[in-house]
Amino acid sequence: MIAELGHFAIVLALTVSIAQGVLPLVGAHRRIDSLSAIARPAAIMQFVLLALAFIALTMAFVGSDFSVLNVWQNSHTDKPLLYKISGVWGNHEGSLLLWVLILAAFGFGVATLGNNLPPTLRTRVIAIQGLIGVGFLLLLVFLSNPFERVFPVPAQGTGLNPLLQDPGLAFHPPFLYLGYVGFSIAFSFAVAALIEGKVDAAWARWVRPWTLAAWVALTIGIVMGSWWAYYELGWGGWWFWDPVENASFMPWLLGTALLHSAVVVEKRDTLKSWTVLLAILTFSFSLLGTFIVRSGVLNSVHSFATDPERGVYILVFLVVSIGGSLALYAWRAPALRGGGVFAPVSREGALVLNNLLLIAATATVFIGTMYPLFLDAITGEKVTVGPPFFNATFMPLMVPLLAVMAIGPMMPWKRTDLAGTLSRMKVAAAVTVAVALVTLYLSGFDPILAVLGMALGTWLVAGALVDIGERTQLLRIPLRDTLRRGYNLPRSAWGGAIAHAGMGVAILGITGTLSWEIEKLQIMRPGERIGIAGYELEFRGVEPVTGPNYEAARGTFHVYLNDELVEIMQPESRRFTDPPMVTTEAAIRPRNFGDLYAVVGDSNGDGGFATRIYHKPMINWLWIGSLMMAAGGLVSLTDRRLRVGAPRRSALPAKTERRPPQEATT
Amino acid sequence: MKPKRKRLFFVIAGMAALGIAVTLAIEGLGDNIVYFTSPTNVYAKTIASDKNFRLGGLVEEESVIKTNDGLTTTFRVTDLANTVAVSYTGILPPLFRGGQGVVAVGHLGADGVFIAESVLAKHDENYLPPEVAEALKKSGQWKGGAQ
Repeated sequence: MIAELGHFAIVLALTVSIAQGVLPLVGAHRRIDSLSAIARPAAIMQFVLLALAFIALTMAFVGSDFSVLNVWQNSHTDKPLLYKISGVWGNHEGSLLLWVLILAAFGFGVATLGNNLPPTLRTRVIAIQGLIGVGFLLLLVFLSNPFERVFPVPAQGTGLNPLLQDPGLAFHPPFLYLGYVGFSIAFSFAVAALIEGKVDAAWARWVRPWTLAAWVALTIGIVMGSWWAYYELGWGGWWFWDPVENASFMPWLLGTALLHSAVVVEKRDTLKSWTVLLAILTFSFSLLGTFIVRSGVLNSVHSFATDPERGVYILVFLVVSIGGSLALYAWRAPALRGGGVFAPVSREGALVLNNLLLIAATATVFIGTMYPLFLDAITGEKVTVGPPFFNATFMPLMVPLLAVMAIGPMMPWKRTDLAGTLSRMKVAAAVTVAVALVTLYLSGFDPILAVLGMALGTWLVAGALVDIGERTQLLRIPLRDTLRRGYNLPRSAWGGAIAHAGMGVAILGITGTLSWEIEKLQIMRPGERIGIAGYELEFRGVEPVTGPNYEAARGTFHVYLNDELVEIMQPESRRFTDPPMVTTEAAIRPRNFGDLYAVVGDSNGDGGFATRIYHKPMINWLWIGSLMMAAGGLVSLTDRRLRVGAPRRSALPAKTERRPPQEATT
Repeated sequence: MKPKRKRLFFVIAGMAALGIAVTLAIEGLGDNIVYFTSPTNVYAKTIASDKNFRLGGLVEEESVIKTNDGLTTTFRVTDLANTVAVSYTGILPPLFRGGQGVVAVGHLGADGVFIAESVLAKHDENYLPPEVAEALKKSGQWKGGAQ
C-alpha cells in the first residue's frame, strides 16, 4: 500500500513537473500572468510529492517490505537501521529518487526564498528546474521504478553490499548529490538569463551563493568518498583516478572555475557570457557524472547492452539537455555584452588564468576518463588509463594554477603592478624557500615532487596569511585596530583565504604522504614485533568475533613507544553472508603527524599471519585541508552581501515598467 | 583592452589552454594506457617485458601455491584455452581462490611468468569481471550464467 502511494506520488510529480516546466515558460514569454503564476505552487507541489515518495521508499526499507523488488535486492532484516536507511540510495532507482528530490528541493528553495528576484527571471528559473525534473522523472517512472513489486514475496532480502555499510559512505551520496544537483540552479539561472538576454551583477549575486553551497556539498561528498576508500579498502589509497571518482571531480573543477568567474561578473560586470557557459558546462558534467556512474557505463560499455532502454534514454537525455543548452548559448550569448575592461595583469586576468587552467585540467581528466570508453566502443580493445596518465597531464597544469592562486587575491582589479604585489609576498616567498630547502634535505627519493609539492603548499598557506595580514594591516597599526579590521573584513575575504589556505594544507598532506610513506609487508607470529616510524608493533594474534551481520577475524597489535604501551590496534577481516562478501577493516590511529595503519590478512597455515603496516605521514593534513576548503566556502556563504540588498537593483527596472508583480496571487 | 581585442585575447588564450591540455593528454595516453589481455593473447602477441598490462581470466583450480616466505603466491590464470603463470607478493584479496574471476596488473618477467603488482578480485563470490567474461567468450569456453 505504502509502495503504491509512493509510486502514485512519482507519477503525479512527473505530471506536475511537466506543468512546471512548460506553462510558466509560455507565460513568461507571452506575458500571460496566470500561466507564470503556476511556477511557484508547482515547484512547491513537486517537492511535497517527491518527499512523500521518498518517505514511502524509506518506510519500505525500514520496515523490510520485501514485496518491493528494490528493497528485496538491497536490504536485509539483520542490517543495522542506519544501513537500512542508506540502502534507500544505495542502488540505481533509489539514488535517482534522491536526485530528483534534491532537485525539487532546490526548485522549492527558489520558489519560497526568491521574493527579491525579478519575477520573470524567477518564473523562468523555476520552469527550467521543472524541465530538468521532467527528464529525470521520465527515467524514474518508466525505466527505473523504485516501487516495483515482486511476487511471490521473498522471505528475506539479499542485502546491501557490505563495503557500503559504513557511516562515511552512508552520507557520501547525499552530499555528492547536493553538489551535483546544486549546480542545476546555476544552470537554470544561466539558461533563464540567456532567454532574458540579460546578465548583471544582481544575477551573479544570486548565482554565487547557490553555486557556493553546491560546491561546498560536493567538496564534502568527494572528501567523504576519498576518506572511505582510505580506511575501508584496506590498503591506504585515497584517490585512484578511478572513472567513478573522476566523474565527481570534473564538476568540482568546473564548479570551482564558475565560483571564481561569478565573482568577476558580480564585481566588474564582465566575463558574463563566459560565466553563463561555465554554469552550463558545470551542470552538464554533473549530469554526465551521475548518469555514467549510476548506469554502470563506466565499468564497461557493455552495461549499456544489459539494459539498452535505459542506456539509450540516458544518451538522448544528455544530448537534448547539454546540446539544447549549448545551442541556446550559441544563439543568445552574443546578446550578453560585457562591461568593464581590464589589463591582462589584473585580478580579472588572474581569474581568467584560473579558469583556463581549470578548464584545461578538466579536459585532461575528461580525455583520460572517456578514452577507454571510446576505444572499446570503436575497436573493442579494452584499456584502462591509470594514475600515471593523470600524474603526467593533470599535475603540470596544477603547478601554475597553485603558483598564481597565492597572489591572485592580492592583485587589484583592472590593472595590477605585478612587482608591487610580489614585493608584498617577500615573507611568504622566504618561508616557501626555507621549506623547500628543508624538504630537499629530508627527501630521500623523488625530490622534485616533494620539493615542488611542499613549496607550493607552503606558498599557498603563506599567501593566504599574507593576504589577511595585508588587509588587516597586521603589525603596521596597533593590534586592536588590526582585530577590528579583521572583524570588519568581508566574510567572503575570510572565506577565500581559508579555502586557499586549505588547498595549501591539502597539497602539503598529499605531498607528505606520497613522499615519506612507509609500508611493511610481512608474516607475523603472535608475540613478534616490528618497528615502524619510531614505534614498535607487537602482534598478539587473531581471534574470531561476531558482529550484527558478519563473522570477523580480529587481529590485535600492541603499539609501543619507548617500551611504553600507547595504543591497541585491532584490524578485522569481516565475512558477510548476505550478500556473501569479505571486507577488510583496517585499524587506523593518528600518531606522530600521521596515521599508523594496520591490516591483517590470511593465515599462512603455520601459525603466522600476513600483516601489512603503514605509516602515512601528514595524511590528516589532506582531510583537514579539504574540510578547510569546505569551511571557507561556508564562511563566504555567510557574507552579508549575499544575504541582503543586492538583487533589488535589478528589481528596480521591473517596477519602473509598472508591471504588476506577476505572482501576487500565490 | 578594447572589447574586441579582449575577445580575441580570450579566444587565443582559451585555444592555447585547450591545446596544451590536449597535447598533454595525447602525450600521456601514448605511454600510460594499460591494455587488457587474455591468456590466449599473451602468447599470440609479443609484449615488451617492461610494459604493464592487465591480465584477466579465471584462477585455475588447484594452482594456488604459497611460497616459503608466506607472502609470495603463485597461481595460473586461464581463459580455459591457455594459461599464464602469475607470481604475486602481498596480501591477496579476500575470497581469492581457484575458479574465481580475477584481473591482475603487472608485466611479463623474462621467464614468461607474469609478475603481478596488484591483483583485483571482486569481493563478491559470484561476480565475474566483464573483461574476463569477454575473454571466456572469445576462447569459446563461456558457459554463461555466472553473472
